[in-house]
Amino acid sequence: MTKQRSLAALVFAGAFAIVASAPALAAEETPHPPRQSWSFAGPFGTFDRAQLQRGFKVYHEVCAACHSMHLLSFRNLSEPGGPEFTKAQVAALAAQAKVQDGPNDAGEMFERAARPADRFPSPFPNDNAARAANGGALPPDFSVLAKARSYERGFPWFIFDIFTQYQEQGVDYIVALLHGYEEPPQGFALPEGANYNKFFPGHALGMPKPIEDGRVEYTDGTPGTLDNYSKDVAAFMMWAAEPHLEARKRIGFQTMIFLLVFAGLLYFAKKKVWSTAPHAPEQHA
Amino acid sequence: MSGHSTYQPQSRFMQWFESRLPIGGLVHSSFVAYPTPRNLNYWWTFGAILSFMLGVQIVTGIILVMHYTPHVDMAFNSVEHIMRDVNYGWLLRYLHSNGASMFFVAVYIHMFRGLYYGSYKAPREVLWILGVIIYLLMMATGFLGYTLPWGQMSFWGATVITNFFSAIPLVGESITTWLWGGYAVGNPTLNRFFSLHYLLPFVIAGVVVLHVWALHVAGQNNPTGVEPKSDRDTVPFTPYATMKDAFMVVAFCVVFAWFVFYVPNYLGHADNYIQANPGVTPAHIVPEWYYLPFYAILRSIPNKLAGVIAMFGSIAILAFVPWLDTSKVRSANYRPLYRQFFWVFVVVCILLGWLGSKPAEGGYVIGARILTAYYFIHFLIILPLLGLLEKTKPLPQSIYDSVLKHPTSAGGKLEGEPVTASGRKS
Repeated sequence: MTKQRSLAALVFAGAFAIVASAPALAAEETPHPPRQSWSFAGPFGTFDRAQLQRGFKVYHEVCAACHSMHLLSFRNLSEPGGPEFTKAQVAALAAQAKVQDGPNDAGEMFERAARPADRFPSPFPNDNAARAANGGALPPDFSVLAKARSYERGFPWFIFDIFTQYQEQGVDYIVALLHGYEEPPQGFALPEGANYNKFFPGHALGMPKPIEDGRVEYTDGTPGTLDNYSKDVAAFMMWAAEPHLEARKRIGFQTMIFLLVFAGLLYFAKKKVWSTAPHAPEQHA
Repeated sequence: MSGHSTYQPQSRFMQWFESRLPIGGLVHSSFVAYPTPRNLNYWWTFGAILSFMLGVQIVTGIILVMHYTPHVDMAFNSVEHIMRDVNYGWLLRYLHSNGASMFFVAVYIHMFRGLYYGSYKAPREVLWILGVIIYLLMMATGFLGYTLPWGQMSFWGATVITNFFSAIPLVGESITTWLWGGYAVGNPTLNRFFSLHYLLPFVIAGVVVLHVWALHVAGQNNPTGVEPKSDRDTVPFTPYATMKDAFMVVAFCVVFAWFVFYVPNYLGHADNYIQANPGVTPAHIVPEWYYLPFYAILRSIPNKLAGVIAMFGSIAILAFVPWLDTSKVRSANYRPLYRQFFWVFVVVCILLGWLGSKPAEGGYVIGARILTAYYFIHFLIILPLLGLLEKTKPLPQSIYDSVLKHPTSAGGKLEGEPVTASGRKS
């Protein structure tokens, strides 16, 4: 019996040792982005409206020169749960942009001022034009980018993330990337036209350092620093990728309360029902 | 076991109806009067949870289809349209995508419960095999569904999985081309995957009916593995099992809701928020978590054809478990050795899953090879040998007997305690 037990233990320990030694053999080179604190993290998270408005300003004045955001419409900017610009602000903002429409009655395409219902116009007419203007690299669309970027958390953190609700890998990565430009280390062969970035997988990033202190003028008194720009634009991108995040967490809490109460009631109802089971042994009666 | 119906329609209409189509009696005998062992623990509620999840997937799926466009140029954006512009579209989509994962969580618990308590043994072999068929259909459905958002992982996952068939000698290439509807994964592939993804859940529902039918012929197994002998060993399905199932379904929904509302993208992959691009291969192509153990088995074998055979073999072998396990005792509670090997097997499956998520290089491959070998050894060597060598503990006289001696295991404890005194030897 003990012999058999130790046999099973041996198999178990052997399998575990093999697997535990595996990660040591795998290469690890890109540092993890530092964790930021976000207003929208956690079960009661909400967006900071002022931050989203600042983030939009950064996107609009800097990033939008190369990066499209083609899934967003101007109207989204005034919808609840987002930056919540006023309808008038959005209409004025849209009117500054030109979009192609048509064909008209004469069968011709024409340009007109954008309306709130229009999508954000893209900086380039197509991907090839975007590549041609950016040394062959395609600037990714920003619409869902905050959810399309991540980094490997590794064991055991990926298990804790379920309970701590850490879902902000993408925005943490974006902030880190904007801070990650530095001189390549000795002996790093940087391809022509690429820029060294500590946090970019492979480190050779097509995009040159896009933003630095003082580039965008904030109107709400927030200091115009790279740190603030990167966090504000990342928060804005999180909202763009998950526009119903606030509603999701709010409804989630209501659902949880309902389910827990309902489960509790069912548990005691079940206990009551089972207490009168036929032929119940005396210990139960 | 299901016995004759004692159903007596009350109203004149139901009496009229019952004499023409006795559906009331069928429901009554299957879900009300049906005798269920009184000692079932909470692990036995996952059948109800799975039925509930199948319903959730079908209902949310039908609504999602109303807003989805199965075209390579529009699929990705139509999913984003659901997330942004459809009323509660984000909720429907997150319910459906996380629902698939929860469905697999439940099915894995359900299967491991069957393995622990020997629920596949005579007379329940057909019941078990129907379950294996349902599991296979679920895997196919999950794979097809993951293709539909047409993200990078959708596309490349579909490419990798369909490429399995090209390993078949002589006709492999032709079969793959036939599956794709072209020379690469493209619009015809997406369209047929969409069609089949809509079809298969209803096939699953059909096999579930057979599964439940087979269950009601053989009756449920129970933690002692001793068949009910008298009325004292069973309670009617309603209200006893119904209440217990209802509680656990709602408790399971708490976990489900946690994922849907708080970590909806945890079980997905970030790359699937990038639209499919046949020109850019992701750094690591990983399938959904519920396929990872089989993906590890596939990659652990250097030869492609042999790898594919091993992968499908690792699932197919489940169908033969009723005959590979030679022990006369069902429940692992009375099988001290099997009980340990069962838990080793559980750990091996989890580790294989973890290795499946890692790049196929260095120590990961060596680990996966050893664990793959162990996976097959468990079924082909350990199970047959244990039945011959193991000295099992004495079984209780009856279910009622075991409940009487150990009242705590009656209505809810997860782990039944073995009975040592005055038991029947096997």
